[in-house]
Amino acid sequence: MSTTQTPPVSIAGGPEPQGPGRALRRSRARAADRGASRAFRWLATGAGALILVTLAAVAVFLVIKAWPALSTPSSELVKQVNLLRGSSSLLDYVGPMIFGTILAAALALLMAVPVAIGIALFISHYAPRRLASGLGYVIDLLAAVPSVVYGLWGALVLAPLVQPVWAWLGTHVGWFPLFAGTVSPTARVLLTVGIVLAVMILPIITAVSREVFLQTPRLHEEAALALGATRWEMIRTAVLPFGRSGVISAAMLGLGRALGETMAVLMILSPGFLYSFRILEAGQQQTIAANIAAQFPEATPMGVSTLIATGLALFLITLVVNMGARWIVSRRKDFSGAN
Amino acid sequence: MTATTPELSGNPELRALLKQVDPRRHRRDKVMRALIVGAFVLACLPLLSVAWTVVKNGAERFNVYFLTHSMRGVFGGMDAGGVYHAIVGTVEITLFAALISVPIGLLTAIYLVEYGRGHLARAVTFFVDVMTGIPSIVAGLFAYALFAVFLGPGVRMGAVGSVALSVLMIPVVVRSSEEMLRLVPNELREAALALGVPRWLVVIKVVLRTAVAGIVTGVMIAISRVIGETAPLLITVGVIDSINFNLFDGRMMTLPVYVYRQFQNGLVPCSPGATDCIATINYDRAWAGALTLILIVMLLNLVARLVTRFFAPKNLR
Repeated sequence: MSTTQTPPVSIAGGPEPQGPGRALRRSRARAADRGASRAFRWLATGAGALILVTLAAVAVFLVIKAWPALSTPSSELVKQVNLLRGSSSLLDYVGPMIFGTILAAALALLMAVPVAIGIALFISHYAPRRLASGLGYVIDLLAAVPSVVYGLWGALVLAPLVQPVWAWLGTHVGWFPLFAGTVSPTARVLLTVGIVLAVMILPIITAVSREVFLQTPRLHEEAALALGATRWEMIRTAVLPFGRSGVISAAMLGLGRALGETMAVLMILSPGFLYSFRILEAGQQQTIAANIAAQFPEATPMGVSTLIATGLALFLITLVVNMGARWIVSRRKDFSGAN
Repeated sequence: MTATTPELSGNPELRALLKQVDPRRHRRDKVMRALIVGAFVLACLPLLSVAWTVVKNGAERFNVYFLTHSMRGVFGGMDAGGVYHAIVGTVEITLFAALISVPIGLLTAIYLVEYGRGHLARAVTFFVDVMTGIPSIVAGLFAYALFAVFLGPGVRMGAVGSVALSVLMIPVVVRSSEEMLRLVPNELREAALALGVPRWLVVIKVVLRTAVAGIVTGVMIAISRVIGETAPLLITVGVIDSINFNLFDGRMMTLPVYVYRQFQNGLVPCSPGATDCIATINYDRAWAGALTLILIVMLLNLVARLVTRFFAPKNLR
């Protein structure tokens, strides 16, 4: 019927007919798109547009509710909002939390990326073909565990488990700036949080990397093997260079998740508001998301506005990271973490 | 194959060189293999540990009493209290979120597959992907702000939480449905169109009918993803100890928030002689709540898989 109307239904591959034939086809296409068909098309298009509207609405409504805090002069705001006690302005309040958020996410990324690349390679190039999809499913199970359960596990199981290790690190490697300071006896510190966050972002990084590694041209791999390369050399010379941009975007997607993760941080970390690199000491850092969840229920109206302003900062940070990652992914292949 | 040139066969040095494996390269290959297998094993450890501790600590309190009683009138270290009110809240809020997101998500997927061309379609695809990365707490703040602007500040009801969850759920539904719709063979569409069936009926009766199993699976996976969200519900729906069936009035409890709340209550200071006082009761309830939550998520995943297995069209499998 109408080839111009429906891209997937390509029946006539020939050139567009000229003159009267073309006009006839146009009118037929128009006749097919009337009544219920047209209404349905507009309904579907409207739903698509609604996605864009929603994303814009997220930004707009956050700005509306954050505006009172953003527009009040700092001196006034500090007097009105209890949360800001000890800081001189909104920026002064959110600064250490942005630092803490990025530090926690960076720690998680540092631990998750090498492991995720290993798992992805294992599934794509080492595991027997029959097992591969099943093993991929096992890793996806990690994503199915709710974040609150990770928080519970991290606080009650993991923290006591790693405390001796952290104590050892503190006494023997204490000269290293990250491990400086008094080691917390409860291990409710940023390094523990980092481990839990790393576990939580493993599945997405693994899934995207695996997909990219599987796309490595078979001929490249075979050529490497034919030249006498060992399996690792084949991976290093053919698979990894091919998948590099995919792994980078996977890492950025993971970073986006780690930046926005709330519960694990809220339940494990003992918070503080410092620009501190001491990841074994309690009461040093806090993340934006955990701070909102902790303070929101008891906040005054102006306090709510302040917290939403910090949420806006988090939204912008994750938006930039995610758009960067998606841009890199969309340059190569139609793949997203949602599938 | 075995025929070698006389010079080569007569050169034992070269022959040995060709037959021998470079030990350093060989060793490095072995080491990397061990590291890669080790990475996989390392990733399985937290999964096993989480599963084991949740089952071990949760099984003790996980029983019919726990599932059928709320926390109303429960205080201190009382050996009582359950999760019923949280299950009610979770089921209602999640179903309402699905009610919002499934039509929007499905129609968007239909738009992208059947009609989408040009700038709008490309923008929608890109921003659906970006939307998957919205932090859940920001979705919660958005829902709070939306209702606060229209209904005044301090609104606490289940529907706000549903809106927050649907912001997180829509992109997942769009991606999975889109994939399923793309699997429908073009011949089916062409055949129906050639018979003069209007386009919208082709989409509903042919395309959707063919893809329904996959779409249901995708929706259930999406539900299982948002059912464990805690942060947005914590700030929009609040906490309560009694049963509330009304989505549009008052606070509701949900399972993830219940787990968090019990964890936050911590150890109970029991007096030495007290008989009806369990110091770790809150943690016990938290673990049992976590077990309930994980069982629900696993059940949803399992049913989703069964749907694909039994209801998928025979020739598409």
